[in-house]
Amino acid sequence: MSYRNDPYDPKQVALLDPAALAGAVADAEQAFAAAADPDALTALRPAHLGDRSPVSLARREIGALPPAAKADAGKRVNEARRAIESAYAARAEVLDREQAARVLVEERVDVTLPYDRRPRGARHPLSTLMEQISDLFVGMGYEVAEGPEVELEWTNFDALNIPADHPARGLMDTFHIAPPPGADASGLVLRTHTSPVQARTMLTRKPPIYVVVPGRVYRTDELDATHAPVFHQVEGLVVDRGITMAHLRGTLDHFARAMFGEGAKTRWRPHYFPFTEPSGEFDVWFPEHRDGPRWVEWGGCGMVNPRVLRACGIDPEVYSGFAFGMGIDRTVMFRHGVSDMRDMAEGDVRFTRAFGAGA
Amino acid sequence: MRVSVSWLREYVDLPVDLPTEDLEQALVDLGIEVESVVDLRRTVTGPLVVGEVREIEELTGFKKPIRHCLVDVGTANGTGELQQIVCGARNFAPGDRVVVILPGGVLPGDFTIGARKTYGRMSAGMICSAMELGLGDDHSGIIVLPPDTPARPGDDARPVVGLDDVVVELEITPDRGYALSVRGIARELAYALGVAFRDPGRVPVPAGTAQPAYPVQVRDTVGCDRFTARMVRGVDPTAATPGWMRQRLTVAGVRSISLAVDVTNYVMLELGQPMHAFDADRLTGPLVVRRAEAGEKVTTLDGVVRSLTAEDMVICDDTGPVSLAAVMGGETSEVVGGTTNVLLEAAHWDPVMVGRTARRHRLFSEAAKRWERGVDPALPLVALQRAVELLTAHGGGEAGAEILDLDHVRPMRQVVLPVDLPTRRVGVDYSPQRVVDLLEQVGCTVIRGTDRLAEDAGTVATTAGGGDVLTVTPPTWRPDLTDPADLVEEVVRLDGYDRVPSVLPTAPPGRGLTWQQRRRRAVARSLAERGYVEVLALPFVAPELADQLGLPADDPRRPAVRLANPLSEEEPLLRTTLLGPLLGILKRNLGRGHRDLALYEIGAVFHPRPGVGAPPAMGVDRRPTDAEFAAADAVVPAQPRHVAVVLTGDVEPAGWWGAGRAAGWADAVEAGRAVLAAADLPAERIEVRAAEQAPWHPGRCAALLVDGEVVGHAGELHPAVLAGLELPRRTSAMELDLDALPAAPVVSAPTVSGFPPALIDVALVLDDTVPAADVRAALVEGAGELLEHVRLFDVYASESLGAGRRSLAYKLTFRAPDRTLTVEEAVAARDAAVAVAAQRFGATLRGA
Repeated sequence: MSYRNDPYDPKQVALLDPAALAGAVADAEQAFAAAADPDALTALRPAHLGDRSPVSLARREIGALPPAAKADAGKRVNEARRAIESAYAARAEVLDREQAARVLVEERVDVTLPYDRRPRGARHPLSTLMEQISDLFVGMGYEVAEGPEVELEWTNFDALNIPADHPARGLMDTFHIAPPPGADASGLVLRTHTSPVQARTMLTRKPPIYVVVPGRVYRTDELDATHAPVFHQVEGLVVDRGITMAHLRGTLDHFARAMFGEGAKTRWRPHYFPFTEPSGEFDVWFPEHRDGPRWVEWGGCGMVNPRVLRACGIDPEVYSGFAFGMGIDRTVMFRHGVSDMRDMAEGDVRFTRAFGAGA
Repeated sequence: MRVSVSWLREYVDLPVDLPTEDLEQALVDLGIEVESVVDLRRTVTGPLVVGEVREIEELTGFKKPIRHCLVDVGTANGTGELQQIVCGARNFAPGDRVVVILPGGVLPGDFTIGARKTYGRMSAGMICSAMELGLGDDHSGIIVLPPDTPARPGDDARPVVGLDDVVVELEITPDRGYALSVRGIARELAYALGVAFRDPGRVPVPAGTAQPAYPVQVRDTVGCDRFTARMVRGVDPTAATPGWMRQRLTVAGVRSISLAVDVTNYVMLELGQPMHAFDADRLTGPLVVRRAEAGEKVTTLDGVVRSLTAEDMVICDDTGPVSLAAVMGGETSEVVGGTTNVLLEAAHWDPVMVGRTARRHRLFSEAAKRWERGVDPALPLVALQRAVELLTAHGGGEAGAEILDLDHVRPMRQVVLPVDLPTRRVGVDYSPQRVVDLLEQVGCTVIRGTDRLAEDAGTVATTAGGGDVLTVTPPTWRPDLTDPADLVEEVVRLDGYDRVPSVLPTAPPGRGLTWQQRRRRAVARSLAERGYVEVLALPFVAPELADQLGLPADDPRRPAVRLANPLSEEEPLLRTTLLGPLLGILKRNLGRGHRDLALYEIGAVFHPRPGVGAPPAMGVDRRPTDAEFAAADAVVPAQPRHVAVVLTGDVEPAGWWGAGRAAGWADAVEAGRAVLAAADLPAERIEVRAAEQAPWHPGRCAALLVDGEVVGHAGELHPAVLAGLELPRRTSAMELDLDALPAAPVVSAPTVSGFPPALIDVALVLDDTVPAADVRAALVEGAGELLEHVRLFDVYASESLGAGRRSLAYKLTFRAPDRTLTVEEAVAARDAAVAVAAQRFGATLRGA
């Protein structure tokens, strides 16, 4: 149709020539295909889609056409421009995808490099075990009771039916606190067991009492592979109406299963403790022992001696109770296969780190 | 207590083929701890025979004297020829009969005997000592059999030396004195195995006579409520203790001394009655049993001169004390080599008196151990008769017809037991008849119903329910059965602990952990997660520590609780700061090659209460009043729970990422802030302030405050302290009193604005003596409500700023809850903030 526009300057409309437009499209496609990356592609855009690009210049020529030819020419230019735009977009998408993939390859690192910039700390296994046991009993409705480590002789011994002249007092190798100036005795000891907390609890709470008592205790033993002057116990105390030895056994059985798995069980044998009557020692069947499943001596227990209840102001005609306790150091030793007690007291970080932060 | 089963069998009909495992289980079920069971029949294997020494040749030229012996072992060696044996012992002569182990035999310790050449001679076998056979500790020579031993060369030596027996070693709990005897253990086994028991303590014996065996006056019948004695005259002083008796004593760990002494020890082991044998000819005048006078002296059998107190009891003759009663005899009256006239004594003493005397003089004799745990007061005449029979049977002589018996023993106190109490306490349904049967088996006399005599005010009775009761009189050998609960234990013990069912009680709803307990866990967890390793240090410290830490003279950490009996005299004090023991552990770790360390501990420190005396005495027959207990409790030292950290080396190691970072004061302060954050205390209530506090570096120590109260300190330790303790320079520490921290408030939630923030940086130039914390506080105060956040992001000093000046650069974040701030609003707030800092500290904007 433009041939009929010969009266106008043919040069002016040469760019609207279909062949010229097709050439511009072809040039653009070729140039885009040659672009190696998104930046190169972007750099080509002005030449093919910019103000001075062939399609833009062609659009300006439309004005010189007779009205009848304008629509047709406009359509051609638009088509050419869309074709170039679409080629550009298609190439851009390819190049972006290629570059994204290349970046992922180029940015690859060695993820096995160690990055221990913040060394991990650890909690002591004795602390975490005491917390675990406490949690178990808290879950059963018990509360955690505490008391001082330097303790009155009265709460450590007398109130627990261990009179001054009873041989049982001599059996507990006791650290005594030096007397104040001018006195014969201080009346104070480093507590030899967690049991004085029983007395303190009964003096300050009314039954029903369900408490668990974790804590540090002291005996005059030199530190060696099997003894320590400072060690740890957890004990439980229940005082309520109608409490029996069967309740004690049920509690110990539940405790053993919770600690050592469903295969755990307990057995007990008569023993003597001044603060319980009847009294026993109990063993636990420990299926995961390092040296094979076996019975392990675990702790002492019994029915709270009515004399203890009376000394603490609880009527033994109305209430009865049970108490039990075990060495936590000992439990950690057989549970984790610790063979030397010194490892737990000396504080070597290699030992404690092995236990992690504790759950 | 070690005892041979053959001895037990004299009084209890144990099954002939009772396996040792069953014996052990029976004892354990009775509450008697079994330390060991040694089957002597299995300790030596192979040919162990009696030999008769024929010839001895002394070999010379060796380091020690050696003998080459020819020993007749009958036909035990298969040939009948004399056996050649080299022996190092010298306590035997030709004609003596000895114990020989022949080649192929194995001694305890898996020691196999062979034939070999030694000291240039052939030696085929070994002549044994008691220790080599596992029969005790005697290794002073080989066993020489007594001349009257009915055995010929070649006979099996096992029955001759007691290797046909089983020995049990038992741990007796302190409530069961009666089980420290063959009699008591035999009785217990009779219950457990359901077999017959013949009580050697209940046999008919002659009663006391009107005429005393020896004039004796007991002046304190509370301390000595029974005293019996009998004379044996004309004992052969050379008479030897029979072999079987010596063996049993040896097994029990008692040394054989002389027939008379051995007899008293034998009777003590058999019946549980400690006895004493006086040489009657070494006594002057009548005996008096009385309390000692303070300062009075006695020389006991062990040769020690003991100064007595008025609580001790003595037996005296005209010359003064001849025995520390019930605990140990005296030197001047003891039986000696030439003794022919023996005064045998069996008494009964107050257990509390004996216990105190034994502890006071540190004399824990076998006798004292039994007295303290309770001895049957019905035994003395039985024991006396047994001793007289044994002594005259083996030593000749004649027992006097007179028997002294000064008896002030009070009857056993009855216990009223509600017949259903065992069922109520144990949870097993025991019939009344079962309860009666079991108590009678123990030896109690049981009457159904109440006995008027039993209604003693002192009796600890549980009579709730008002139902059927039993009136129980414990046997004389069970002074431990004083309360109904004791009888309950006997019922469940004999019926079997394994019969008790398993029933889980239901606790009432609890309230969980207290906030203090939760907080302690949060603090521990937080420090562990920050790289600190928890330690549990021993709390014992040396008095020098206070000086090593550089504590001032009036420092509250100087007064310390002191132990009367510390493990080490060097460390008699309890810690007043966690740092001493914690630094000790740090040092131990450094010594083991660790270089980068961060440790923490949570534990009590101990502060004595100044000016308090001993706590008031409180009884146990009733609850102390609140005032009484509070008065006693006021004496107990303050024991606040602290948390502390120490750290040294690199807190972050060097690596492929670059350089490491050395631990320092800032880490210690940050550990303190971390503790306070874990305690849920809001930042605005926490203050960190420069402080001077030992043992920290005075220029690098921060006080940590909550609500204006100092709760702890942190920073680098003083170089002199570190040098003194031989710790690395720059070692840093934090210690804080957890018990001094207030409870965390309930958090009031902030309003979160959705409008954009305005960020403005300011760099303030001011004197470097102005603490950054104070500058921050000034900015916060001046900026007002629009300030959301302020962060110090740079500290800069240079010559251009001038000496003693520095620039602190802060990023201020402003935001309004209800609108987007205009630039003018943000700048105005910034200017207000800077104005306060300028006015308070002379701060100028850098570059302004």
